[in-house]
Amino acid sequence: MTPLQPRGATEDHPLVRIAAVTIAAIFIALFLVLPLVVVFSQALAGGWSAALAAIRDYDALQAIRLTLIVAAIAVPLNAIFGISAAWAITKFDFPGKSLLTTLIDLPFSVSPVISGLVYMLIFGMQGWLGPWLRDHDIRIVFALPGIVMATIFVTFPFVARELIPLMSDQGREEEEAAVSLGASGWSTFRRVTLPNIKWGLLYGVLLCNARAMGEFGAVSVVSGHIRGLTNTMPLQVEVLYNDYQYVGAFAVASLLALLALVTLILKTFLEWRYADEIAAVHRH
Amino acid sequence: MTAASLTARASWRSPSALPGFGLTLGFALFYLSALVLIPLTALALRPWSLGIAGFVAAVTAPRVLAALELSFGAAAIAAMLNIVFGPIVAWALVRYRFPLKRLVDALVDLPFALPTAVAGIALATLYAQTGWIGAPLAALGLKVAFTPLGVVVALTFIGLPFVVRTLEPVLAGLGREAEEASATLGATRFQTLRRVVLPALAPALVTGGSLAFARAVGEYGSVIFIAGNLPMKSEIAPLLVIIKLEQYDYGGAAAIGLVMLAVSFSILLALNGLQYFVFAKR
Repeated sequence: MTPLQPRGATEDHPLVRIAAVTIAAIFIALFLVLPLVVVFSQALAGGWSAALAAIRDYDALQAIRLTLIVAAIAVPLNAIFGISAAWAITKFDFPGKSLLTTLIDLPFSVSPVISGLVYMLIFGMQGWLGPWLRDHDIRIVFALPGIVMATIFVTFPFVARELIPLMSDQGREEEEAAVSLGASGWSTFRRVTLPNIKWGLLYGVLLCNARAMGEFGAVSVVSGHIRGLTNTMPLQVEVLYNDYQYVGAFAVASLLALLALVTLILKTFLEWRYADEIAAVHRH
Repeated sequence: MTAASLTARASWRSPSALPGFGLTLGFALFYLSALVLIPLTALALRPWSLGIAGFVAAVTAPRVLAALELSFGAAAIAAMLNIVFGPIVAWALVRYRFPLKRLVDALVDLPFALPTAVAGIALATLYAQTGWIGAPLAALGLKVAFTPLGVVVALTFIGLPFVVRTLEPVLAGLGREAEEASATLGATRFQTLRRVVLPALAPALVTGGSLAFARAVGEYGSVIFIAGNLPMKSEIAPLLVIIKLEQYDYGGAAAIGLVMLAVSFSILLALNGLQYFVFAKR
């Protein structure tokens, strides 16, 4: 803008503009950029070889393995749930529909620690089923099943809350046409619905996966922190950090930070490329 | 299938040509009940195993009250900080053009995507007395990490995207006509911002602020590393839940959890009511 040109009625004074951008930049630098930079700089404080050695450590590799297993169980289950719930809610009218939609979002308003606590109250040693499980030598908490359940709880709404508004916007006509032409329910879903919702589904799965791999509070309650056995990557970060093994802690943390960055890049790409097919962007 | 069962089904849901209703709704209800509703019922029932007096004693112990006060107080301060700075960030992102804008916009979601434990150790390292931000602040006599101030820093980080992301679509959809009209009628730019733009943003500010607050009250991972976790001083309520669990005091842990949930839901309901009665009537 040249100084000679008069300022538009809805344009801010250049000083206001500079001040606002500066304040925003400082706020973002302090709270978002620096934490990210510090993760990588601390991981590499002892050089690349130290960071790589910390990741190749037995306990760290076991933690990576457990995190991948947990996500591989929890994310598909939540995706199947999300598709089922969205199909029932958007393709049919029944009483209690809006209550069901509200209940699906419920886990997002529950503290992660409480999300873990509820499973302790059922399966823990002093929980409802605790003594029975001990007598039958079945391990739920402090083992894989508990970690998976706590992860499912905290990531519960991701796929459903993306698909419900999307499929609701798309209506039922295409599916009704397919069924009236003789297609089975399954092939209607696979050939008509799935192509329409695939980007929205991917978007929901992406966010679900990021949270599933990174969940800390809920998993921390039910894991029991057994090294090499029930520690996921975020828990391994905590253990190493509390042991003052900062390079190791930040090396594992930098893997999780990379996951977050890849997630953000894919998310931004999906929002930009397939804006019309993703409800989260569509919503007003 | 008999005709009787067909009419029975038709009576509680509207007829549809599409198949799969029983299967999908059945699975959804089973999954929701088994993994969310029954466990939450356990939380609602368990504290009463202490008896009413025991429940009251458990949640009014000084250490518990201090932890609840810190969690709710720090969450409220952090939400206020985001209500002040969030609009400036959203305004800059929606209205101005500047270098790296796309990148900055994507970065706003970082607190959603970055695992909380990673954010926690990063913030603790930054704001410790030897850290990049902590050292200059310590020179000014301000200690952030391992004090309640550290809790506020972590909760501000967690809450930022809620406020910015709620405001952005509203700001983008605002249009300039109202501002132009205001300017034409002789208002200064500041008057326009205060009397035209701010009221239009107010509902979104309340929504974003309450989302940030609700998330912050229960936040654990990003806080515990920077908080210092001193009982009565910098110990948050979720940490106390974990401590009680480790002492096999399930009733006490459930009691704190239930109070946290009840208070957050009441505050959210009250803010929703505020939205409904104050803003809807305009």
